[in-house]
Amino acid sequence: MTTAPAKAGWRFRQPSVIPGFGLTLGFSLAYLTLIILIPLSGLIWRSAALGWADFWAIATDRRTINALEISFGTAFIAAAVNVVFGTIVAWVLVRYNFPGRRIVDAMVDLPFALPTAVAGIALTTLYAPNGWVGSLLAPLGIKVAYTPLGIVIALIFIGLPFVVRTVQPIMEEIDKEVEEAAATLGANRFQIISRVLFPGLAPAIVTGFALAFARGVGEYGSVIFIAGNLPYRSEIAPLLIVIRLEEYNYAAATAIAAIMLGLSFVMLLVINLVQSWSRKRYG
Amino acid sequence: MADPVIKSYTPHHESQSAAVTESFGARSVLMIVAFAFLGIFLLLPLIIVFNEAFSKGVGAYTEALGDPDTRSAIRLTLLVAAISVPLNVIFGISAAWAIAKFEFKGKAFLTTLIDLPFSVSPVISGLVYVLLFGAQGLLGGWLKAHGIVILFAVPGIVLATIFVTFPFVARELIPLMQEQGNGDEEAALSLGANGWQAFWYVTLPNVKWGLLYGVLLCNARAMGEFGAVSVVSGHIRGLTNTMPLHVEILYNEYNAVGAFAVASLLAGLALVTLVLKTLLEMRYGAEIAATRGH
Repeated sequence: MTTAPAKAGWRFRQPSVIPGFGLTLGFSLAYLTLIILIPLSGLIWRSAALGWADFWAIATDRRTINALEISFGTAFIAAAVNVVFGTIVAWVLVRYNFPGRRIVDAMVDLPFALPTAVAGIALTTLYAPNGWVGSLLAPLGIKVAYTPLGIVIALIFIGLPFVVRTVQPIMEEIDKEVEEAAATLGANRFQIISRVLFPGLAPAIVTGFALAFARGVGEYGSVIFIAGNLPYRSEIAPLLIVIRLEEYNYAAATAIAAIMLGLSFVMLLVINLVQSWSRKRYG
Repeated sequence: MADPVIKSYTPHHESQSAAVTESFGARSVLMIVAFAFLGIFLLLPLIIVFNEAFSKGVGAYTEALGDPDTRSAIRLTLLVAAISVPLNVIFGISAAWAIAKFEFKGKAFLTTLIDLPFSVSPVISGLVYVLLFGAQGLLGGWLKAHGIVILFAVPGIVLATIFVTFPFVARELIPLMQEQGNGDEEAALSLGANGWQAFWYVTLPNVKWGLLYGVLLCNARAMGEFGAVSVVSGHIRGLTNTMPLHVEILYNEYNAVGAFAVASLLAGLALVTLVLKTLLEMRYGAEIAATRGH
């Protein structure tokens, strides 16, 4: 990979006395290509080979549309819930001192460490009509397990650390003198939080939302146990991909996967724009 | 005559003045909301795993874990992690060396590509291998002609696991090695060390805690992955069932004790991971890159 520069003005890499550039970059690129890039481009190639009419028929199928709506809708609600409560949790962890703070802080990462299938059966058992939480909600007429609400619960669990871990470090960096200055200028606590602190946190909150949302859209393991998986009602898009695969309907599985990737990509683009906007607006 | 009592001076700026914190009432409400939320969403699921696993007593629990299919699921999970984690460690070190130690064109793009598996649904991570190696796949015919089995067998499970755990080590090491710069290695080289020696005696000791941190997270995900592995495994009992897949099968057979017994092992793994992770952050926080999460 260490090609000699053709012209003095342009070189692929800056000169360095450190050895091993060719070996490490070469190996990394080969591994990346074999494991990630070739398989992923296979997906794109297969969906491109489908032909527009077939692709459109699968994309506009009622069941596909409903599954995508459910996946993106529940992920959006769960991410919004996590933004509110995740920010509160981060605030409590950063600003307040209480015994066991370290343990609570470590617990926040549980959804990263707990396998999704374990989370799935645990949440289903909790929220089933005879479960610890489900039996409390049943008299109120609230059904969680085997409904779209169950999907939201699972996605709240999965997405929480994304919001907390994105917002927390930014909160730790806030200089208290800024708050003191605002207070001496006569701002009350609510004004300080909404006018001084929140603008600085907004980009991190947007990022946390985006990460939780993106993870929620693709989540499978924790959802399929609690969702009930009724077509058109509580069937998520990743599950529909699995169902189409089991029917050996590779074309439909590929098309749905391509739509999911495309939508996620557009979403990330929009969120990047919102982020740079909020950085300009508040930064 | 008694000595005058010297009062220790407490610096005033350390105590929180009313202007920069909430009132006692507001603080209490926020703390109650935070604890209630974490209790319901994090603590209860963890408790119920162990509660259900032991609901029929210790005997039923150990019996469930002694089941031959469960045993083989445990063995397969350990095998898959033992192959995929070291491969991703080699890749992570190699990518971090290339990206952190050198300036080259397209570096930012390469870093983005490494993070790509995190933004792909686990089901899609499995699907891409089915499209490649499946009977109707691009290489399916060739593989069949040569008698090579990848899909619905251990190689497919390993590949899918490598895919989903791909970024963990690299994304831990890259910022850490970038922060540490090239000075130490350049000094070692000028003193006559060769490249391997500089890496082995200088770089590796500098990044060992960050590397361990990455390995910890990579291993937790490798042993716990469900979606990607589920698509490529074929769910053959005793042969291609990893622990998370076995949890699903037992649960769907209404064998709650069995499902939660296996789940309790995975939950135990998660707890050990969290404890080690927290210890690493507490003791070597400065030596681990500031990137937390995942």
